[in-house]
Amino acid sequence: MSSHVSSPEITHAPEHASGTGRIWKTFWVLSALTVIELGLGYFLYWKHGQLSYGMTLSTKLLIAALTLAKAYYIVSIFMHLGDEIRNMIMTIVVPLMLFVWFIAAFLWDGNAWKNLRNTDAGSRPAQTEQHQLHPVEKDAKP
Amino acid sequence: MSTTTIPTNTKWWNGGRSPFNISYGKVMMWYFLMSDAFTFGAFLISYGTIRFSVNHWADPNHVFNAFPLAGHANLPLAFVSLMTFILIFSSVTMVLAVHEGHKMNRKGVEKYMILTILGGLAFLGCQAWEWTHMITGDHTVLADNVLNTFGTTVTGNPWGIPADSNAALAALQKTPDANLASIVHSLGHGGNTHETMTRPQMISAIQTAIQSGDLHVTTPGPIAFGGYFFGITGFHGFHVFSGVIINLVMLIKTRLKHFDQRGHYEMIEKAGLYWHFVDLVWVFVFLCFYLV
Repeated sequence: MSSHVSSPEITHAPEHASGTGRIWKTFWVLSALTVIELGLGYFLYWKHGQLSYGMTLSTKLLIAALTLAKAYYIVSIFMHLGDEIRNMIMTIVVPLMLFVWFIAAFLWDGNAWKNLRNTDAGSRPAQTEQHQLHPVEKDAKP
Repeated sequence: MSTTTIPTNTKWWNGGRSPFNISYGKVMMWYFLMSDAFTFGAFLISYGTIRFSVNHWADPNHVFNAFPLAGHANLPLAFVSLMTFILIFSSVTMVLAVHEGHKMNRKGVEKYMILTILGGLAFLGCQAWEWTHMITGDHTVLADNVLNTFGTTVTGNPWGIPADSNAALAALQKTPDANLASIVHSLGHGGNTHETMTRPQMISAIQTAIQSGDLHVTTPGPIAFGGYFFGITGFHGFHVFSGVIINLVMLIKTRLKHFDQRGHYEMIEKAGLYWHFVDLVWVFVFLCFYLV
């Protein structure tokens, strides 16, 4: 396979498997992960209103973890990033680590806005969602 | 073509070798995709921030519960699962096209590129149906002390919390005739009966529907919902569309034997990177809009 490289500067082409076994295996892994995600999604739907806050949150986090697993398989196998040399992998993966901070910081901020809205910036005690069956206009239009 | 083996401690950045030992085009495609990932990431994180900042967000299992030709059947997650599997499958055919390209098998590349393009078009068709369904699907909403019907758009969100039924019945008396007619129409008692109904008849029909629970009246939800949904799925759909165009160009170039003359099918690999990225983004859109 390494005879089909595109430039004389490139001395190394990852050995490509002669069969398609790995591709189909990845397809079944992705399908299975999607089916599990859907199962958890239906679990949340059928148990809607019966689950504790912690149970709902941990189910959603589990779905997010399965999504990351799917992303790993797509990038590593389908996009062949796993076959490139380690430094190439690192230039892609390391900058994406910024997302860890982006997600934590912004979701934290969103939650803080909600608290400010519900308490008029701390001037009154927070109301729970049950007490807000008749939201005032500003709640409906952020 | 060089057949030299690489010493284990080659200094990649000293010149004479391509950094990371892959072609310029592939490195730049990777960096473009990384920047695109930040764009999508910023959109999705902004969506998450607004969603976290309100007390009530639209429940995806209520919003996305329709399936083509299934009428009013309640099928949450069903249609979007179909879209997800279409995209996963078109990713598989794309990677098979790349695989055939490594083997310099032009016929195989052509076959799998056609299948990939068909998968992309099927996905776009599904998305067009879903958008149409959401924009034109009217729901009865209690807003500004009258009842009204509207669909999900960038300026309207009918997916707020359920309205108090006494407040809805009181608002009914003040609702203009045109709104009453569209609510009666949405009840689906067939034909154009509402055109011959008098105002008291329409009010009593709606009253019955509210009291029996056939008609669910909601309050308006956060307006940001439509903007984020159509903005992000639209930006993703635009990527699918441009991916289909790129794949079509690659199919034509394959048929014209351009890659056979060049001696390698690397362009198929680069188009493939873009196409897999589209699938990768969908995995996260699926998570953020439909699953959680």
